[in-house]
Amino acid sequence: MDTTIDVKAFAPSGATNGYRDIHRKIKYESELNKGFKNRVAELSHGEKLYSCIQCGTCSAACPVSHYMDYTPRKIIQMVREGFKSEVLSSSTVWLCASCYACTQECPKGIKITDVMYALKREAISGGIYPKRFPSAVLAGSFFKQVLSFGRNSEGPLLLKMYMKTNPLMLFKNMKLGFKLWKTGRLSLKTEKTCKKGDLKKLLSDIDKQREEVTL
Amino acid sequence: MRYLYYPGCSLKCTGRSYEESLLPVFDELKIDYVELNDWNCCGATAYMAVDEAKAFAIASRNLALAEEQFKNEKEINIIAPCSACYMVLLKTKNYLDSNKFELAKIKAALRESGLNYEGKVRIRHPLDVLVNDLGVKEIAKAVKYPLKGIKVASYYGCQTVRPISTFDDARDPHTMDDLVKAIGAEPVDWPLKTRCCGASLTGIVEKVGLPLSYVILNEAAKRRADVVATSCPLCQFNLECYQTNINTKYQSDLRIGVVYFSQLMGLALGISPKKLGMDRLFIKPEIVYKAVKGGETVYV
Repeated sequence: MDTTIDVKAFAPSGATNGYRDIHRKIKYESELNKGFKNRVAELSHGEKLYSCIQCGTCSAACPVSHYMDYTPRKIIQMVREGFKSEVLSSSTVWLCASCYACTQECPKGIKITDVMYALKREAISGGIYPKRFPSAVLAGSFFKQVLSFGRNSEGPLLLKMYMKTNPLMLFKNMKLGFKLWKTGRLSLKTEKTCKKGDLKKLLSDIDKQREEVTL
Repeated sequence: MRYLYYPGCSLKCTGRSYEESLLPVFDELKIDYVELNDWNCCGATAYMAVDEAKAFAIASRNLALAEEQFKNEKEINIIAPCSACYMVLLKTKNYLDSNKFELAKIKAALRESGLNYEGKVRIRHPLDVLVNDLGVKEIAKAVKYPLKGIKVASYYGCQTVRPISTFDDARDPHTMDDLVKAIGAEPVDWPLKTRCCGASLTGIVEKVGLPLSYVILNEAAKRRADVVATSCPLCQFNLECYQTNINTKYQSDLRIGVVYFSQLMGLALGISPKKLGMDRLFIKPEIVYKAVKGGETVYV
């Protein structure tokens, strides 16, 4: 639902300067997505979202929480309340580096990192994630590469990622790339598994199983 | 006992010197290993973010391959040196062990590809194998050139010790420090042993990633460490290769060598730096070379 109000309608004619769009800052309860918490709990294997006591240990343990739109503690509460679009489009899930500090320290034993993974998957499948945010693009490119070759080749992977997100970074990191290449630590060769079809078949079987379940 | 060695993608590329140093150390210590045939990527953190069922499936293929290759052995121990590989394989194993429904699905899919998974594998980290299987006493006995007077900041990174690994303490791990002591060096007592290095963020979202690496390096330098030892290819990459960027950003003059713990062990065991892949380092830990037998080049 669009909560933006076009104030130009209220402005005196010709005096649009100085007016800006006004947004309603508070959501009505009817706008929340009630099923969201169950969906997330299901995706993260019944993670005990409901037993979170909002102590904030996760946010304190998280090394990047101060860069996030919402800290991990807030995200959990927002999931429980049903702020689906806010949670899925936030930078939080894509800044999580999977260091598992929150999972380690949570006094209620909630695997918060796995909740973040569940949110990442939900954001990708629903198409609501920051499109050019590098972590999301990296995850996608990585997925495709392993799907086709069985292994991940760091050189081509990074090249693709930079081309898709910010080609300027390529120039910025050229010196580093050259140094890596000189020391034999960067190769543009694509690594492969020998029995290539093997893995593809395995994954298509997983797809088949999923179709059966949804049927 | 024979081990299966699962290198993972990084150890064949940016983290080559980890493999190049770990395997000669195993040879020197008479640890018998063989590489897993036709292994595939573990899936790392990225795969889990896109499709969970597939992430578990590709990781479990490695476990099934291990069972096939070692079907005549009593125990199947997979050594996974990369933190992410170690954690992902362990997570997959635990997931399949505790989730009968998913296990049946994955088993069925594996069977279609002619593979079988019984759940007999154990996932091991090299630190675990060296300290708990071989023992620090054995290692100390094999040391030819103790690294006297060298202060080492052992940096374990995140996924080696948490959240499901059990071989070491998750908050104050000690296995790498034990090894450092065994080779005659001095472990630095510091609080950031398991702090996140920024992982893939350092390269792609610099604003968030660089400060994390900076904090770790700065603390190590403040505690007068001569060198930082790591057990993860991504930690090594972030802490070493971005030091120039960090110095520019924070107007600092950090210049601290970041090496694999296996490289330090190799030096103490008398293996030449070249054989340990140390000429691939951006910052050569000259001070460590000097400490080995008073600076003489005595390597075999």
